[in-house]
Amino acid sequence: MNRTKGDEEEYWNSSKFKAFTFDDEDDELSQLKESKRAVNSLRDFVDDDDDDDLERVSWSGEPVGSISWSIKETAGNSGSTHEGREQLKNRNSFSSYAQLPKPTSTYSLSSFFKGRTRPGSFQSLSDALSDAPAKSYAPELGRPKGEYRDYSNDWSPSDTVRRLRKGKVCSLERFRSLQDKLQLLEEAVSMHDGNVITAVLIFLKRTLSKEILFRELEVRQVALRHLIHFLKEIGDQKLLLDLFRFLDRTEELALSHYREHLNIQDPETRKEFLKTCIGLPFSAEDSAHIQDHYTLLERQIIIEANDRHLESAGQTEIFRKHPRKASILNMPLVTTLFYSCFYHYTEAEGTFSSPINLKKTFKIPDKQYVLTALAARAKLRAWHDVDALFTTKNWLGYTKKRAPIGFHRVVEILHKNSAPVQILQEYVNLVEDVDTKLNLATKFKCHEVVIDTCRDLKDRQQLLAYRSKVEKGSAEEEKIDAILCSSQIRWKN
Amino acid sequence: MRYIANLVNADKVAGRTRRYKVIFSPQKFYACEMVLEEEGIFGDVSCDEWAFSLLPLDVDLLSMELPEFFRDYFLEGDQRWINTVAQALHLLSTLYGPFPNCYGIGRCAKMSYELWRRLEEEEDGETKGRRPEIGHIFFLDRDMDFVTALCSQVVYEGLVDDTFRIKCGSVDFGPEVTSSDKSLKVLLNAEDKVFNEIRNEHFSNVFGFLSQKARNLQAQYDRRRGMDIKQMKNFVSQELKGLKQEHRLLSLHIGACESIMKKKTKQDFQELIKTEHALLEGFNIRESTSYIEEHIDRQVSPIESLRLMCLLSITENGLISKDYRSLKTQYLQSYGPEHLLTFSNLRRAGLLTEQAPGDTLTAVESKVSKLVTDKAAGKITDAFSSLAKRSNFRAISKKLNLIPRVDGEYDLKVPRDMAYVFSGAYVPLSCRIIEQVLERRSWQGLDEVVRLLNCSEFAFTDMTKEDKASSESLRLILVVFLGGCTFSEISALRFLGREKGYRFIFLTTAVTNSARLMEAMSEVKA
Repeated sequence: MNRTKGDEEEYWNSSKFKAFTFDDEDDELSQLKESKRAVNSLRDFVDDDDDDDLERVSWSGEPVGSISWSIKETAGNSGSTHEGREQLKNRNSFSSYAQLPKPTSTYSLSSFFKGRTRPGSFQSLSDALSDAPAKSYAPELGRPKGEYRDYSNDWSPSDTVRRLRKGKVCSLERFRSLQDKLQLLEEAVSMHDGNVITAVLIFLKRTLSKEILFRELEVRQVALRHLIHFLKEIGDQKLLLDLFRFLDRTEELALSHYREHLNIQDPETRKEFLKTCIGLPFSAEDSAHIQDHYTLLERQIIIEANDRHLESAGQTEIFRKHPRKASILNMPLVTTLFYSCFYHYTEAEGTFSSPINLKKTFKIPDKQYVLTALAARAKLRAWHDVDALFTTKNWLGYTKKRAPIGFHRVVEILHKNSAPVQILQEYVNLVEDVDTKLNLATKFKCHEVVIDTCRDLKDRQQLLAYRSKVEKGSAEEEKIDAILCSSQIRWKN
Repeated sequence: MRYIANLVNADKVAGRTRRYKVIFSPQKFYACEMVLEEEGIFGDVSCDEWAFSLLPLDVDLLSMELPEFFRDYFLEGDQRWINTVAQALHLLSTLYGPFPNCYGIGRCAKMSYELWRRLEEEEDGETKGRRPEIGHIFFLDRDMDFVTALCSQVVYEGLVDDTFRIKCGSVDFGPEVTSSDKSLKVLLNAEDKVFNEIRNEHFSNVFGFLSQKARNLQAQYDRRRGMDIKQMKNFVSQELKGLKQEHRLLSLHIGACESIMKKKTKQDFQELIKTEHALLEGFNIRESTSYIEEHIDRQVSPIESLRLMCLLSITENGLISKDYRSLKTQYLQSYGPEHLLTFSNLRRAGLLTEQAPGDTLTAVESKVSKLVTDKAAGKITDAFSSLAKRSNFRAISKKLNLIPRVDGEYDLKVPRDMAYVFSGAYVPLSCRIIEQVLERRSWQGLDEVVRLLNCSEFAFTDMTKEDKASSESLRLILVVFLGGCTFSEISALRFLGREKGYRFIFLTTAVTNSARLMEAMSEVKA
């Protein structure tokens, strides 16, 4: 199309034909006029070819230069996909800004700016599209080229959410404004499906700054819970801690940080990590527990190293007789105490592995201490130690046996460790409650105790009944007989 | 997902080309896709979904085998499985027709119900016009009744589950049970005739029953002495196999019983049950607390100790501060300091809480309300009610008569109410609720109970016209347990069914018991 210079000047100077801009609505009328003219001129050029599988949609009066027309063409070009068909139906949603500047026509703006133009027909619109704009070098003001809607993904938030629930592929990209995003989230939450909520949150996490995201989620509890769980699962510890910090959930922050220690296998590293946990905003009691955890591990490392050395040296009797079955690292406190009572009972308070030291450091209550020490010494059959545990001297110098845990417990533990009958008997005798005493004595065959108790209770029948349980001709039988014959006792039954 | 990604990426680095297929069951989550994408293997891996949602474990028991449901929802608040439940229900309704009467209680119940109804509407037409075969459906959240789930079970099936762990309807009996040197995996369902007769019975009856059966069996065997050839032939071809089968099953179950009894005696079961009953009834709380303390001191079992503490907490509306602190310290000392995390989980789930003085509650409330916009006010009430979930167990127990008044001995052989599943001491709350609602066909008259359960917004009914439902179908009730159900509850409801002429079908996200519940909450793998 060769224009003479003169024509162009004329064109330029004419006020009717304004430079084409991408201004929309206000220019509509002039656009329309231009388009109409373009159409009229184009009729000569247009080739009705449908080698691209275009749906022959009637133009319904839509001018060539308009969006709907170009969109149809584009849909055809991109290979009619299922989406394509759908979007053809959704034409109406497009706003009316023109996509093409102008087709090459007599009314085209400054072919002055154009490069080689092709005369004649449009073989396909892609040509037209690429032709016209590509060859136009004039900078144009208007909507960004990127906003050409050449695909349709037009589902509303509720439709999108519905698709997500079914597991369908759904690009959430079009929800760009904050309002849209939040609306999408609301829809997801009202659907109740956690998978969908998480999917939306994944999208929001990617496309929103964390401050905005946090701020919005702060007032949306359900979504917030899903985000927290999601972050936990994918292991995004950093963002999770940031979130807790933002929400001022100090305790959860501390716990979340503390939880990490479970992933650390090496004792030294774990110990160092625990040290960093001490200053965290736990509640007062929990802070004490964390401190104890650290101290415990610290101790265990020392004891373990020491004992391993002793064991391999082979000089210490206790390790030879009862080789260690497992390391003491990461064991609970009570287990550590048991270990210490087992292997280091006689040590003075000053050493790290002495039981007394442990008791003092961790403020172990008497009850627990006695129970554990008893279990350990009983296992070693160290009956003297057991005795010593319970023996106290009163102010007159007499010894007496007392226990913070109830002697019935003591008896059970002794029995479990196969204590000799005499020892058992001694402790059964110390049980205060008479019924319990009798029960235990019978259970553990402490004949003397049974006999004595029956006598004290003046229960003849029971004594008689018990007689059949003892060995014939044994000392116990004789004793029973002696008592039964005794005239000094006023039997109840 | 990361594990898979590591495998694939390792192969890539080593230059191996392979094809990978990942099968997700029951469904693939978007988070999984994200990880695959992130790790750069999205294109290398092809994904399939195996939408297996319902496993029939027995003639009346359907399990979704989703034990993670409990922790995911009740601890983390993640609603990911609600869709799975809705899908399963949709499947059932396409098979059996619509459910004319729906009842439910609980937040998750309501959400599952709503999503399910939405599904039904979308897939319109599949169930319309069909005759309903199941007349009622009842949705129940696990957190409506933690107490029942935490109690020790004493019906045979429950005991077997507690002792040996029944997985997917089958159990592994070790050598001590099979009296041989091999272990045996046994399928436990209604097909096992022996099992079917004893499964719902209180344990005290079981041994007697089994011995009697053994005697009968022996008598049958002995018949062969007096037989002639023809009779013998008949006997061998027709009866012997059956007898042998029965004999095998009998000896297995007798072995199981013996094993259970041995274990329980060792654990001092008697004492344990006594404490549990005291907690349920509200007597001797101090004594029970000391018992728990001792249990912890002796390092008996971390799961059991936890269970008892939770039971105490729920029945008493939380532990008093002194007890909470002291028991917690002792627990950490006995079982490991890392259980600090377990305690935090239990507190969040409402299983083990500290009694809060009134002021503390208001302080939190005012702080939280500052953050709330009007729009989200409803949502914050939700969150807050879970924060402040008060148990009110005693009040509910009184209102619903959960502790039966017994004059004389409670006959466990011929039980007269559902309390027999706990030796007559306690009627399971969940079962009682179902019983009451079914009787009234609505929540009428139960407002007080619902309020005490903190569920005023979450109790619902939905009745459609019943003209299409046959009377047969109206006796069939589908109970949906969200979060798991125990064998004790199943036995109790079976009993109720026999009494009232209903038939119950159970749909649960998983079969559970107290140990599984505690393990799910434990942060440290015990």
